[in-house]
Amino acid sequence: MHMTLGDWYFALCGLVAVLGAFVTVSNPNPIRGAMGLLLMILSIAGLFLSLHAQFLAAIQLIVYAGAIVVLFLFVIMLLGPSAQSPRDGRGKIARYFGGGLFGLAFMGGGFLVMRGAKWAGLPPVDADFGGIDKFGQVLFSRGVVPFELSSALLMIAVVGAVAIARGKHKGEES
Amino acid sequence: MTGIANYVVLSGVLFAIGGIGFLVRRNVLVALMSIEIMLNAVNLLLVAFNRLHAGELTGQLFAFFIIAAEAAEVAVGLAIVLSLFRIKRTVRSDEADLLKN
Repeated sequence: MHMTLGDWYFALCGLVAVLGAFVTVSNPNPIRGAMGLLLMILSIAGLFLSLHAQFLAAIQLIVYAGAIVVLFLFVIMLLGPSAQSPRDGRGKIARYFGGGLFGLAFMGGGFLVMRGAKWAGLPPVDADFGGIDKFGQVLFSRGVVPFELSSALLMIAVVGAVAIARGKHKGEES
Repeated sequence: MTGIANYVVLSGVLFAIGGIGFLVRRNVLVALMSIEIMLNAVNLLLVAFNRLHAGELTGQLFAFFIIAAEAAEVAVGLAIVLSLFRIKRTVRSDEADLLKN
């Protein structure tokens, strides 16, 4: 089967994404896990580019790589060595059984879904599809109410996060 | 040819890795990162199907709001992790039993 440049790009980004996700869930050290997450986020942004979603690729880089991974790293560094929980075999069989069952069920369902799939290429698309001008038009016409609601959501989440993480101080009632 | 099926398979593999990690690992930080992996897989699927039906930008719009919701979720989740660590001196999810009894 002949592979074009786009196919190689997809294969590279997909392999790196799976590798990063695997490192994230399997590495006992959460710092390395966060680095794996960063790797997966970067390759997902690359796949967004290949799917004609340039604006979302930029947002992915800014919000995930720039904010969320950095937040994870700050919390891991704040916790210090105790961020890495010590090895403990309790309940190991039940957890691995649950994980294996989930994986098997997912593989079975995926096999049933993908049985008759067409492995054809994607249709052609306009050059400005997914760019910031088209996306902005949709965001501020059809998506304006959820956009405003999401600003309220972020505000409430930040205030709640500060209230939860601050703890109690001297002079406050229990 | 890279078609929609490739993206569906990749997204499914990523979602399965995230789900298994969420079920198997007990470190709360890793559990939160597993949730990130699952939400990223869903975002990839939304954008891929939007590319297949390229008339509208609905899928990308949805993915945008998922990213916004996820930022809020991570902020609150990490605040809860810090609060749990302050009370119990641990980040293991099975030792968070403050509501027991």
